[in-house]
Amino acid sequence: MPSRDKIFEKVKETLVDALGLDDDEVTPSARLKADLGAESIDFLDIVFRLEKNFSTKIPRNELFPESLFTSDAGFAENGRVTEKGLAELRTRLPHADKETIDKLAQDPRVENVEDLFTVSMVVNFLTSKLGS
Amino acid sequence: MRWFWIDRFVEFESGSHAKAIKNVTLAEEHLHDHQPDFPVMPASLILEGLAQTGGLLLGEQRQFSRMVILAKVPRMTFHGLACPGDTLTYSAKLVDSRDEGGMVEVSAHVGDRLVADGEIVFAHVDSETIGAGNADQMNCVFTLLRGVLDVGKAGDGSSAGAVSQG
Repeated sequence: MPSRDKIFEKVKETLVDALGLDDDEVTPSARLKADLGAESIDFLDIVFRLEKNFSTKIPRNELFPESLFTSDAGFAENGRVTEKGLAELRTRLPHADKETIDKLAQDPRVENVEDLFTVSMVVNFLTSKLGS
Repeated sequence: MRWFWIDRFVEFESGSHAKAIKNVTLAEEHLHDHQPDFPVMPASLILEGLAQTGGLLLGEQRQFSRMVILAKVPRMTFHGLACPGDTLTYSAKLVDSRDEGGMVEVSAHVGDRLVADGEIVFAHVDSETIGAGNADQMNCVFTLLRGVLDVGKAGDGSSAGAVSQG
């Protein structure tokens, strides 16, 4: 099993290729959309490259769940994520950094949900996947 | 004018790779509109030809049950020009294909000379996804383009339209 540092380096290379970034832009806490400029279609590209670079399969919705609140069952109200929604996020995104979810809990606007998608989240996901 | 930027497939290995050709001729208006007094095939239309080659390769794998749209060009490098009289050979290799879309590696050559190479990402979409309502977008664009597989033939009648299963 590759070390977390090695996984981070490969994730960094992947993001540099997929998003046309400079090496030093990719830090563990960088948010894919807000900091690295990823758009929705980039997530598909990133998944293709991660699968290739790590020789693994990443099923749809496993790493980047789409439409987290489509089957809305009280996960959001008035543009804010509810307690139930936060619990759902913790279940659906077990690889998200705890601090980012805690931060969302403090400012639970729905548009902040995408801030959970960080470089560190991708590294957590692969560390767990490749270790199992 | 029809939006065909490939003339004929010369190889088609289902789910694996395909090659198509595009003959560049001085009669094509876009050559004259692009760079006055310097007729060359616009790079953007070379990219479109590469995307048509790769898009049909991806679409055929699922028997054209999904609409394939160009979503992203992560990398494309142009190394040279294609001029009237040249035959561009577009090669596409399917590197990934899944429910959400696919990715191809592509290159364009004139003879042995590399003109362009890169990667293209496609997304699979449904009419509802793009808000087309009941309009069958498949009939508007993709089905028309699929015709290349049927009508693009050499003078002796041969073609790669009969898809070989990989």
